[in-house]
Amino acid sequence: MSRDGSPHALLPAEVLKRLAISESGFIFDPASGDSFTANPSALAIIRLAQGESDPRKIAEQLALEFDVAVTQAEREVVEFASVLRQSLG
Amino acid sequence: MTERPLTVAITGMNARADNPGPGVAVARCLAEAGRPVKLIGLAYDALDPGLYLDGLFAATYMLPYPSHGEAAFLERLTAAHRDHPIDALIPCLDAEIPACISLADRLRAMGIRTFLPSAEQFALRGKDRLADAAEQAGVEMPETRIVGSPTFFRTCTQDGWTYPLVVKGCFYDAAVVHDATQAVMAYHRIAAQWGHPVLAQKHVAGEEFNLCAIGDGLGGMLGTVMMKKRALTEKGKGWAGVCVDDPAIETAAAKLIAALKWRGPCEIEGVRTRTGEFHLLEINPRFPAWVYFTHGVGRNLPAALLELIEGRPPPAFAPARIGTLFIRYAQEVIVPMQAFEHIVTGGGRAAPEKAVA
Repeated sequence: MSRDGSPHALLPAEVLKRLAISESGFIFDPASGDSFTANPSALAIIRLAQGESDPRKIAEQLALEFDVAVTQAEREVVEFASVLRQSLG
Repeated sequence: MTERPLTVAITGMNARADNPGPGVAVARCLAEAGRPVKLIGLAYDALDPGLYLDGLFAATYMLPYPSHGEAAFLERLTAAHRDHPIDALIPCLDAEIPACISLADRLRAMGIRTFLPSAEQFALRGKDRLADAAEQAGVEMPETRIVGSPTFFRTCTQDGWTYPLVVKGCFYDAAVVHDATQAVMAYHRIAAQWGHPVLAQKHVAGEEFNLCAIGDGLGGMLGTVMMKKRALTEKGKGWAGVCVDDPAIETAAAKLIAALKWRGPCEIEGVRTRTGEFHLLEINPRFPAWVYFTHGVGRNLPAALLELIEGRPPPAFAPARIGTLFIRYAQEVIVPMQAFEHIVTGGGRAAPEKAVA
């Protein structure tokens, strides 16, 4: 179970909600002071994750925006979430 | 009609690149606050660079070290006051604050106002008593113990302590040590430099955060600015930092200020663990060296302190500009021989008329 109570949430909702995200891919976490840069696909995942916690549904959205299969997209979403979780806490 | 400049004396003119005092930063905040001020710098060492910053200070004076006693401190301050009647005094170094607290009434009678905690409040936030204050406030703090002998570090693992741990001076300095040998070395170094007691503190893994604010003396916390260090000197001092907003840290700080009924500026240092809990490390009873950053994020805390010193209500603070960074740099001050001579032989100097902004 994730911290936001959803069994499949990629990241705690409160963490995603507080992130300041710019169009350039610059991401700032106001609580930790950490900043990151994200490429367009990573940025798309984060933006989608702010409104949707199910990796499958995020992958379906990505498959519409990018040239990628849903299963491949879902795998990458889960992997990326793991990296992001370590960075954002 | 123009407002009469307020004459403000500020201590802490030391500014070694790896560990600057807060005084010059406080002066910069006041100089840029938009109201007329005349700044007087007070220093303890002829090589403190603030003594020679003529664009910032109208005059500067040497003070006797706090170890010389209150009478010597007052005598020197009185001499400066004769030359430039001082309206407000902002002490910026821990060791001199007890004397300023003790002299506050006499200073007030001279027309010099301060905004300081009581002696009891000051003592409660001392490193040797901070754990009691934290408990009173309901704020987590790593177990801390006064160490009477370095033998403690050889046997402490039998009492549930583990390495790494932190060896701290009673006023200043701290070292993270990874075994008993390192701990004993740190103990002797700190005791030799800062005296006893030396403290041992359990190490909490996490990220260090600093918070600067002013306590109103009634339990309220004013003008909070939170900062996470992004680059450190070898002494662990911030060389770069970013303004953050962490409600857990703000809540803990507010509890501490309320419990202490802190009056005056302070810096709260703590660690946030991976699970988001805040653990208090220290409360410093003054503005930190990075206080210019408060002005940089839209909350000029030294200017706000001046309002409180004058008995005015605290100003309305704009939201701090979260995400703003500071990056420190060092530069050389060119000191004419005569300027140095005036400090060394006369104990003070006035800036050339045209030099003061």
